[in-house]
Amino acid sequence: MNTVFKKSDPGREGVWPQKADKTAAEMLPQGLLRGKPAGLPSLSELDVVRHFTQLSRRNFGVDGNFYPLGSCTMKYNPKFTENVAALPGFTRLHPVLPQLKGAGRLCQGALEVMYETEQMLCEICGMSAFTLHPMAGAHGELTGVMIMAAYHKDKGNKKTKIICPDSAHGTNPASAAIAGYEVVNLPSKDGIVDPDELAKVLDDQVAGMMMTCPNTLGLFEKNLPKIVEMLRSVDALLYYDGANLNAIMGKMRVGDAGFDVVHLNLHKTFATPHGGGGPGAGPVGVSEKLVPYLPVSRVEKLEDGQFFLNYDFPKSIGYVAPFYGNFGVVLKAYAYILRLGGAGLTRATEAAVLAANYLRKRLDGVLEVPFDRICMHEFVATACKQTTCGVRALDIAKMLLDKGYHAPTIYFPLIVKEALMFEPTETESLDTLDQFADDLIALLEQSAADPEFAHNAPTTLPVTRLDETRAARSMELTDDL
Amino acid sequence: MPYVPHTPDDIRRMLGVIGAPSVEALFAEIGPDMRPKSFDLPEGKSEMAVLAQLEDLARKNAVNHVSFLGAGFYDHHIPSAVDALSMRSEFYTAYTPYQPEASQGTLQAIFEYQTAVTRLTGLPYANASVYDGGTALFEAAMMSVRHTDRRKLVVCEAVSPIYRVMLGSYTANLNLELVTIAHKDGNCDLAALTAALDDQTAAVLVQNPNFFGTLNDFSALFAAAKAKGVVSVISVYPVLQSVLKSPGEMGADVAVAEGQSLGLPLSFGGPYLGIMTCTKEMIRQMPGRMVGRTVDTQGRTGYVLTLQAREQHIRRQKATSNICSNQALCALRSLMHLCLLGEEGLKRTAEICIERAHYAAERLTAIPGVKLLSASPFGNEFAVSLPVNAYQAIDKLTNRGFVPGFPLGRYYPGLENALLVACTEKTSKEQIGVLAELLRGMLA
Repeated sequence: MNTVFKKSDPGREGVWPQKADKTAAEMLPQGLLRGKPAGLPSLSELDVVRHFTQLSRRNFGVDGNFYPLGSCTMKYNPKFTENVAALPGFTRLHPVLPQLKGAGRLCQGALEVMYETEQMLCEICGMSAFTLHPMAGAHGELTGVMIMAAYHKDKGNKKTKIICPDSAHGTNPASAAIAGYEVVNLPSKDGIVDPDELAKVLDDQVAGMMMTCPNTLGLFEKNLPKIVEMLRSVDALLYYDGANLNAIMGKMRVGDAGFDVVHLNLHKTFATPHGGGGPGAGPVGVSEKLVPYLPVSRVEKLEDGQFFLNYDFPKSIGYVAPFYGNFGVVLKAYAYILRLGGAGLTRATEAAVLAANYLRKRLDGVLEVPFDRICMHEFVATACKQTTCGVRALDIAKMLLDKGYHAPTIYFPLIVKEALMFEPTETESLDTLDQFADDLIALLEQSAADPEFAHNAPTTLPVTRLDETRAARSMELTDDL
Repeated sequence: MPYVPHTPDDIRRMLGVIGAPSVEALFAEIGPDMRPKSFDLPEGKSEMAVLAQLEDLARKNAVNHVSFLGAGFYDHHIPSAVDALSMRSEFYTAYTPYQPEASQGTLQAIFEYQTAVTRLTGLPYANASVYDGGTALFEAAMMSVRHTDRRKLVVCEAVSPIYRVMLGSYTANLNLELVTIAHKDGNCDLAALTAALDDQTAAVLVQNPNFFGTLNDFSALFAAAKAKGVVSVISVYPVLQSVLKSPGEMGADVAVAEGQSLGLPLSFGGPYLGIMTCTKEMIRQMPGRMVGRTVDTQGRTGYVLTLQAREQHIRRQKATSNICSNQALCALRSLMHLCLLGEEGLKRTAEICIERAHYAAERLTAIPGVKLLSASPFGNEFAVSLPVNAYQAIDKLTNRGFVPGFPLGRYYPGLENALLVACTEKTSKEQIGVLAELLRGMLA
């Protein structure tokens, strides 16, 4: 399909505003102006509508396709939350408005949404306070680690290291490094963190440890109480990567369990759409002793019920966002929590874990599951058995695409060879799970007999497998290169 | 139970296959002492009830004022087709395009976005976006630190103070030196910026138009930077890039922008869009995702995420950045916005914004005691000094339904009487006239 730039025909009128009386050249000195036009396309409205409608048909999304992409929580995104975020009373609100003296009174509704969302996230996680400012999960991690650093600096602790288990998301070590820490890699044992291994790397230089629980293998970290105790002994803080909160919500609170900092991915657990890679939102919650270091501003409630923004926190890490985070995303998560309520959130957790265990059992014996026991909201299988006849995890992923399923996450976590990570989520029906299992089993049988069938997949999509090496070598990142 | 389709029969069947006596048995590893001490949340509500509750909250926000607020974030008209197209679920319910064959829509759109923003800035390479303009500026600074292996950043004080405080927070633990060069009446002090560059400087960071709305040609500064091996970083306002000299034409190495003005509503601060573009020399330092063009096994054109060896899921702690999720849907909207307006539409938008701002400046400075802060050229935004405290003027006029601008004293001590006034194509001449009369009346 041609790019939109190739479809341009100078002279076609788009959605133009009226023409100004003067040109830029009549209003500004020549030296400040562009030498030549930017080169944006000239298209009619229908040209643009057709182009993007046709592009959209070359995409899988949750609404059209089962999307069991592990660790990404591709649950259904309720439509009404889009209507909430589109209310003009929210979309038209200028972010500097509450910074004008007394003008907080002009945005009480928005401040209330922020305040109430923070309160509910505190209750869900058992934390003392939340900030909604971080704009994605990884941004929440960076914010969380900065808060940990501020705590240690304030206490005069000389800490230089952060521990990350080998099953961690890649963002964990990257965030710790960006915040200025040395990263210590911790090997897992039997799929989970082993206190004996932890003891080998734990010393008073350790600022904290970043954990995902259940971890990226979908396994609960049952040594958690021991880990908490060990970290406390050297005044190291425990960080909770909330990517998998949807496995424990209502069943365990990370604050009660001893975590000091947590980030959530509202675009996972709280059903806001992923948008093809964003925008997300990564609120961060902290225990009591870390509250002074949260980013500013913070929304507070006065005795008369009015809300205001407080900037006066001298120990704060400062600003991690221009304003108050991805407010439009927060709105959708807030509406989702109100819709489900406490019982509904717990029920979502139960159904997610039930669905994952059901699918695990349905695929039992067909794909090997290295840690074959009760899992939480997702599980990791391996295509090791299939590789003996030349069929890899990648091939299985591509065959599934031909059947109209999005592939599971492949080759992650790094500690399982030929990994296939399945997360069905709570919103998929039993029929969908059964059909998926039947289709996957049939594909595995067919490819065992005829590996070429697997190697050629996909054949029914707009493109077959793409030459990634060529892309990296030629670096054609725009239509002009 | 909304959104969970399992019937009691389904659940029984599923438990049977799993071999578990109850759903609760699946959570046995969470011991009794680890169970929630409390989980006191409201009861669930119907869709209608939640919508009504949120509509009530939305009504508590005053959005019908005539507003001259900008400060880097502008209320532009968004063509209706942007909403209609970006709400196609194939786009907004998709994940990051890790399976390219099933994601050509998202991938080609990002490729086209990369093309559009490089054309605006005049630099050849772009990434698929970061969170916002402030994060983009920080990431650009870090690109320059890695590229030069130097640790000093020279920042113009007329760069958005909102971004400068973010830069300060992000770099707090990174052993970097931030040198801020004071503005002069809202102008960048080009001589002082040039003088501050030395062989320890990683980058010089400027903004056009600057926070005060003033326009600059930074060509000479960037040439001086190049001679000292310093990376030139500029933050721009994309709407005005349709008419203003581009970063590429000025000789910048990295150009970043807040993309909110391209098809994104104000929405109380987000989601927005961090645009990043750079020269070929800097591309290996670029953070975040990028899409490249390639071919499939049959020789057909297709698109993939590329240069992923820089990224956290491969490189972990050695990655160029920790960024994973970006603002893909916002980037898609900005591309749609740019295509719907096209070259002529964006140029018209810029010209009408500039014309309205110049008219507003003329009307406001006709009031005794109201003066332009700077004599330099400006685009769609300008600063005036008032004979009274700006907060006071804002407070009084807001009560009359007009938000006259942003108080510069909030970030610049000594400018307590200065007001920053922005216009867009939505600002009418009549509204400007009323604002002028209200201000005149208030000051009389």
